[in-house]
Amino acid sequence: MALSTESIDAMKKAAARYPQKRSAILPALTIAYRQIGYLYDDLYIEVADAIGVSPNEVASAATFYTMFPKQKVGKYLIQVCMNISCGLMGAESLKEYLLKVLNIKEGEITEDGLFTVVSVECLGSCTTAPMMQVNQTFYENLNREKVDKILNDLREKG
Amino acid sequence: MEKKVLFANIDDPKQPEIDTYISKGGYKSLEKVLKEMKPEDVIEEVKKSGIRGRGGAGFPAGMKWSFVPKDSPKPKYLVCNGDESEPGTCKDRVLMEHDPHLVVEGMAISAYAIGAGHAFIYIRGEFDYPASQMRKAIDQAYEKGYLGKNILGTGYNLEMIVHTGGGAYICGEETALLNSLEGKPGQTRIRPPFPAVEGLYASPTVVNNVETLSNVSLIIKNGGQWFSKIGTEKSTGTRIFCLSGHVKNPGNYELELGTPLSYLINDLGGGVIDGKKLKAIIPGGSSTPILKPEQIDTPLDFESVAQAGSMLGSGGVIVMHEDTDMVWVARTLAHFYMHESCGECTPCRQGTKWIYDTLTRITAGEGKMDDIDLLLDLCDNIDGKTICPLGDAAVIPIRSTIELFRPEYEHYIKNGKPLVENKFMSFV
Repeated sequence: MALSTESIDAMKKAAARYPQKRSAILPALTIAYRQIGYLYDDLYIEVADAIGVSPNEVASAATFYTMFPKQKVGKYLIQVCMNISCGLMGAESLKEYLLKVLNIKEGEITEDGLFTVVSVECLGSCTTAPMMQVNQTFYENLNREKVDKILNDLREKG
Repeated sequence: MEKKVLFANIDDPKQPEIDTYISKGGYKSLEKVLKEMKPEDVIEEVKKSGIRGRGGAGFPAGMKWSFVPKDSPKPKYLVCNGDESEPGTCKDRVLMEHDPHLVVEGMAISAYAIGAGHAFIYIRGEFDYPASQMRKAIDQAYEKGYLGKNILGTGYNLEMIVHTGGGAYICGEETALLNSLEGKPGQTRIRPPFPAVEGLYASPTVVNNVETLSNVSLIIKNGGQWFSKIGTEKSTGTRIFCLSGHVKNPGNYELELGTPLSYLINDLGGGVIDGKKLKAIIPGGSSTPILKPEQIDTPLDFESVAQAGSMLGSGGVIVMHEDTDMVWVARTLAHFYMHESCGECTPCRQGTKWIYDTLTRITAGEGKMDDIDLLLDLCDNIDGKTICPLGDAAVIPIRSTIELFRPEYEHYIKNGKPLVENKFMSFV
């Protein structure tokens, strides 16, 4: 079992609130991905058991939604918004900078296991561009100094 | 002009607390509705306001509500659409973060009006903070008796649930949203039947945008007629415009509908950055045709923006200065629609990729002059040939950039490099 008791309890609690259990699939996947860091086939069976739906139904949703990583990522997943408003404010060069200072290619994990950088579509932070999302947190109005500080703080935190 | 109706309390850091909200008259509209008004009176009042949907399509909200069959034995559902994924748009997020009870109260009144016992707010999965603000507000509203069983002793029961999505743009489209809320992939449904008749769990469902529902308690408080006098005759009320791109003061601004675009960009936005010249404006999110600098005086209301050849859309105003490569703009947006196509309809699934590949070939210096006609042909073969409007939206930036900036495409193809080089902020 990869899922913790807390995760399973949270999934059951979510499922109890909906008129139909299947509606709890996305909330349950969110709980699973936040605990484990990414989703994979065997996990769909555990999620399905927890909320009482079929593994197929879980897999069908999980594989459609790109927000859930399907392979191992660093402890801190950095998602850089590359869409138009961020692009106009230098998102391409922000991503380039991150990859350079972390010395990785997009999607790779740094040697210390801490960071992965990926490009994503619009994150709804257009008036505070450029921005990046690190796990669940939005970092907005970025410039080089801010990015350096964010990375250093995360490294210190480990 | 700037008019803070929805944003009246947006700067108060205590506004998300229910006591603050109540101290300013909050939840009085819900009380009035539950104790003094019949559901059909609420619908009538909202119809009187003339409010049109703030999500993008602009459909009259009161009319949408009146499509819910009254004699259906099935349960009815209200869904608030907080999927907010249209590039350039980030307004619903501000309401959820800074005045969540305004959203909760609007949802509760609307649920009562259509006879719903369950109300859901679907929030895009990446919006962790807005979702946590909404959860907190809903918990507080339950504690105070504004949600749950026998609300304020009136016998009305309402459950309200925050549902977070999985980061798919398509789930902003209401039928895809409903599939997603049912735990399925976010693919769209053929209409009819419309959600008002057969929506969530095949039951009558109304889906409204966060900003639309946030207006409802204010309409009840001040009257539909009050609302109908703000804005223009056919575009009533205010709207939140998200000003982004190459302006000095980007941000979310609430304007009376009918306010000129120039007031937003120059007076509030401080004009274009670095003293550069204005080149192009996307007025209503990435799915709306580009306006040229000479159209900057266009009044921001549904009719005027349509007359100017574009759409008011979702309120995402994106400003581009002279050092912007418009083929890059097209390719950036083409990538978005390709990534977000749900894959259900062949013209959209295949066509958006073909468009992106063609634009990539051009920007890699390997374009052919026929590629421009190929792009237009692809647009013709997607537009109007898909179940949902994502396909129609995907072709808009392509057609628009070719129509207005064709020489930039031709230069790229002839010379293998852009006519205008992007000069944006650099990190490296």
